[in-house]
Amino acid sequence: MSNIYCPECEAEIDLAADTFVNEIVVCPDCGIDLEVLSLDPPEVAPAPMEAEDWGE
Amino acid sequence: MNRALHVGVIYSRVRVEEKWIFNALEQRGVTYDLLDDRTIYFDLQNPAPWKKYAAVLERSISFGRGLYAVKVLNAMGIPTVNTAAVAETCGDKLATSAALAKAGIPQPRILAAFSTESALQAIEELGYPVVLKPVVGSWGRMVSKVNDRDAAEALLEHKETLGSYQHTIYYIQEYVEKPGRDIRVFVVGDEAIAAIYRKSEHWITNTARGASGENCPITPELSDICLKAAQAVGGGVLAIDVFEHPERGLEVNEINHTMEFHTSYPITGVDIPGKLVDYFLKVAQGEIKVI
Repeated sequence: MSNIYCPECEAEIDLAADTFVNEIVVCPDCGIDLEVLSLDPPEVAPAPMEAEDWGE
Repeated sequence: MNRALHVGVIYSRVRVEEKWIFNALEQRGVTYDLLDDRTIYFDLQNPAPWKKYAAVLERSISFGRGLYAVKVLNAMGIPTVNTAAVAETCGDKLATSAALAKAGIPQPRILAAFSTESALQAIEELGYPVVLKPVVGSWGRMVSKVNDRDAAEALLEHKETLGSYQHTIYYIQEYVEKPGRDIRVFVVGDEAIAAIYRKSEHWITNTARGASGENCPITPELSDICLKAAQAVGGGVLAIDVFEHPERGLEVNEINHTMEFHTSYPITGVDIPGKLVDYFLKVAQGEIKVI
């Protein structure tokens, strides 16, 4: 579906058809968490780091 | 009837739980706005932009953002799930334990102290091992089992240098020898809808720390303690962590107000997102008053 690349290792990232904006996908090559910033055009960026107050 | 209903969902990231929630909203014909907690802002003198929401579901991963968002929304008269009062209590372990103690809900022995000296005194009074927990935090982060005085002194010294004042609000919990598991119970309104055992060989049994889940039957005793615990913190949609103390029986450990259920939904087969959304829509329709 997409033609985007991991900003960390440049591996090609495949976004599934049901992907949401702000969903986290994992780079299949380097394993970094990537946040989907937009779908059209597709864009990803390294996901925010876990903060101290994160949780449930 | 739901077509006229418009709601908001505040979130930090779209996890599988949020996808299930969005799906449940769509199945019920409800329109909703996605409210990214990094991009929203509030004009306190002008609540009009927010008045279009019959209710707002708070799903922030960030406790701080979620708490202050619902504080503002509740002050504007907009009902939220959960409410600011519930988030304030459940997001703080000491506030939770105080509310449970007030209601007489069984829980492990808890001591609180505000200096390294008094914390050490409290730890020694409780007897080793003890568990030190940050008052705010989740997923088992920085939860420490303290086995002796040397470890206690070192840990308290380290906590003093961490920066945030919250690290010197010392929450000291009796260590409970669990049978290799604890119980996570999902309460929606006045019903305990599902439960799982969280099993681990490690003393920390958070699934975020590698514990595995297994369906747990909800006994009348388990349901009773969890419904009372939920009531004690203000009620709503809550995930209650329960210990099985070898002598004293069931005791409430913690209560979570923005519950995760990516493990529990498939394991229990209970439609947790559907029941959460049904409760949320009752709040939105005014059938359940939360503020």
